[in-house]
Amino acid sequence: MKTTPYDKLEEVQDALAKCMKCGNCMAVCPVYLTEKEEGAYARGKLSIAEAILKGDLDLKDDDVQEKLFNCLVCTSCMQNCPCGVDVCKIMLSLRAALARETGLHPIKKVIFGALKNQPFFDKAMKAGAALQWMGLRKLPGNAGYEPRFTMGLSIKRIFPGLAATPFRDQAPELIKAKNRKTKVSFFTGCAFNYIFPDVAQDVVEVLKENDVEIAIPKEQQCCGIAVFAHGDIESARVLARKNIDVMEKTGADYIVTACGSCGESWQHGFKELLSEDPLYGPKAEYWKSRTYDISTFLTKVIDYKKPTGRVEATVTYHDPCHLKKVMKVFTEPRIILNAIPGVTLKEMAKPDACCGSGGSYTITHLETSMAITGRKMDDIRKTGADGVITGCPGCMMQLSEGLANSGQDHVATHYISLLAKSYREARKSKTEEIKHAA
Amino acid sequence: MLDTAIIKQLEDIVGSGNVLTKKADLVTYSYDATADMPSQLPDVVVMPATTAAVQKIVLLAKEKSLAIYPRGAGTNLSGGTIPLKKGIVLSFQKMDKILEVDPENLTATVQAGVVIQALSDAVAPYGLIYPPDPGTVTTATMGGSVAECAGGLRGLKYGVTKHYIMGMEVVLASGEIFRFGGKTVKNVTAYDFASLFVGSEGTLGIITEIIAKLIHPPKFRKAMLASFKRLEDAGNTVTGIIKAYVIPATLEIMDKMTIQTVENYAKVGLPTDAEAVLLIEVDGGAQQLVDSEAEAVLKVIKENNGEVKIAQSDTERDQLWAARRAALPALAQLSPTTVLEDATVPRNRITEMLVAVQKIAAKYQLKIGTFGHAGDGNLHPTILADARNKEEMERVHQAVDEIFAAALKLGGTLSGEHGIGMAKMKYLKSELGESGLNLMRRVKEALDPDYMLNPAKMVPVKG
Repeated sequence: MKTTPYDKLEEVQDALAKCMKCGNCMAVCPVYLTEKEEGAYARGKLSIAEAILKGDLDLKDDDVQEKLFNCLVCTSCMQNCPCGVDVCKIMLSLRAALARETGLHPIKKVIFGALKNQPFFDKAMKAGAALQWMGLRKLPGNAGYEPRFTMGLSIKRIFPGLAATPFRDQAPELIKAKNRKTKVSFFTGCAFNYIFPDVAQDVVEVLKENDVEIAIPKEQQCCGIAVFAHGDIESARVLARKNIDVMEKTGADYIVTACGSCGESWQHGFKELLSEDPLYGPKAEYWKSRTYDISTFLTKVIDYKKPTGRVEATVTYHDPCHLKKVMKVFTEPRIILNAIPGVTLKEMAKPDACCGSGGSYTITHLETSMAITGRKMDDIRKTGADGVITGCPGCMMQLSEGLANSGQDHVATHYISLLAKSYREARKSKTEEIKHAA
Repeated sequence: MLDTAIIKQLEDIVGSGNVLTKKADLVTYSYDATADMPSQLPDVVVMPATTAAVQKIVLLAKEKSLAIYPRGAGTNLSGGTIPLKKGIVLSFQKMDKILEVDPENLTATVQAGVVIQALSDAVAPYGLIYPPDPGTVTTATMGGSVAECAGGLRGLKYGVTKHYIMGMEVVLASGEIFRFGGKTVKNVTAYDFASLFVGSEGTLGIITEIIAKLIHPPKFRKAMLASFKRLEDAGNTVTGIIKAYVIPATLEIMDKMTIQTVENYAKVGLPTDAEAVLLIEVDGGAQQLVDSEAEAVLKVIKENNGEVKIAQSDTERDQLWAARRAALPALAQLSPTTVLEDATVPRNRITEMLVAVQKIAAKYQLKIGTFGHAGDGNLHPTILADARNKEEMERVHQAVDEIFAAALKLGGTLSGEHGIGMAKMKYLKSELGESGLNLMRRVKEALDPDYMLNPAKMVPVKG
């Protein structure tokens, strides 16, 4: 297999040379807007990358590592870049080089190893013990990481916890449709499987309502985005290949996701990882064009059943970074919300500003992360909406925590849950009508 | 590495979290947005939040003979913030409070680190605007843009930064704090200090606070795009519009190379067979006024064989503007290194300047796209190259030399809005002569005898 920048750092040279240091990325970087230092945002990080390649800085240097990981990989900078610099590729290539040179941090090694071993990971998650890995806390200076244990859980006090029964244990592997329109494979992702099985049920309910046959293969793996983001390229590749095999076996026409990061993996990440893989490269390319966020699938691929059940709610919508900035999905969830009778959508200022989650970023960089979330909470409050809707479980967790911390007494909801609710209301009133008529 | 005692003193002034000394941090303050410039690590980066802190830092630097480089967002295009002689980078990014918006006197008072867009957002609820709008409004700071006298797309009708600065607070090289100006429209007390410090590029004093003038924006506007088969026709249209007693809010030009690149990049429907297009916007306080100005403009376009597209809605206006805004990004995508110049000529020499740039591009076999503020005579010849290619960069340098020579020959100036910094210092003599250089040096030495403030910019360091 030919090498990629993820295998050999020198190959980012061309991507790096495109940056003209204009600093436009400064205006939108959530980390910069919090920390106000040049090293916080893309221009500074790219100059550090240049210095590493020139030999002026050492990748293994603690201060350099700190810069490389102080990034949410939200891709906001890339949207504002006049030169089209692939900041993501450069950052992840640096992290991959670091992992190659110094090895993964021991705790990360255990976690990523577990992710690759789905049955083991599944068992661990069910045992609930695995929640503790989410409580990693970076010690001041460079002492490394420590589990946060009680403290982490008390800060993340509204962290929803693990579901008693993961979604894929509740759901059948195939749900047939009577007037089958098409067949999709539902790539659930870890968060829906282990934390929000009810939202996954809503996805299924909406697809059923639209006569879509649904495969939910139990063997599907973690999408691997966190593994990729931390530079463990080989593990990320193993997960990508396994996922492609599993989804291919279902014979589905499309893959449907309801998580920006999972969708991002299928639409972008797998292709990046496997670009030089003669067997899986073309497969990744094929599924890239056949993976849709559920909102796109409903509004653009099939002509979805318009919601008629009334749901009284004034809501505001937060655009998840990977959903909007990588998958380019931002009108579709709004189309759905606006179609629901009773729902009023009030836009907040900067709905696509990052919520501060960044996956593990919120654990390793708690202070900056929560400051970013704080700005989001101000924007939410100003809308006067009584509900926050989004399209990614990572954002749901972060926003819910922010809402609790800022004394706003509601939690963030996935847009699909509102649509499912509207369908339910419609069915309910239909049943009542029938009863009434009888 | 600086003496640890000095670092400790700096930490005592601003707090340890606001002093950066690690190499990974210093690297990120070693450059600015200027292409093809040397970079240099500073000894330390200090981020003050108050004028009192700035004063203490200046006094310490004076005592220890350290250079100070005041720095906003580092988006300038003249190498103006590169810490060439090492020393202290004084970053204003954390000194970013809007102190007051005064809608009765039409002023705003801000700390130097306030981003221009943040000021615009703060005054918008009062129905006011701060007109200077350089391409970097969302990132550049008020302090930086005042120090560089930034321009922008509205210069022709609304002027540039220097027309909107009513007063300032400056920390001098002596360590004294000096306030001048205020909220009055008229003020002839003493020298016109605003003129001294606006555009001084951090070499005469450190701007810590600014009183800016605000205006009520005109309510009505009309935008149009005119395309021309001959450069001369575009040039004559620019002067013809002014002669017809119309001062458009915007009068922008793009040459053929730019048009084709933008169209290829953004597919906005530009005529790729045109030699030049003009983006023209007229505005005013009444619809009738705007309509009659637009009519006058249309007549001039027609007389000069132009084809015109008028924006019928805000959406169509945004589309026209999107084409102009895509100019730099589109050109920048073509090659790794983008050398953006801003040679400026009297507006009736625009055609000659455009032709001169095209000839220079051909002579040195370089790709140069030119766009810019035609109404201001302010062009941005944008040279596309690759800094890794030494031979090509040599040709770029020669082309730049010739572009400046051409501008001066046409009665123009080296820089319309980017400033001199270190990028254009060597050309100063050709515009100002020996007497001008001597005066520059005397002004510099009167205010900063030790060359402590932003040394090696604008005025060469002694000896």
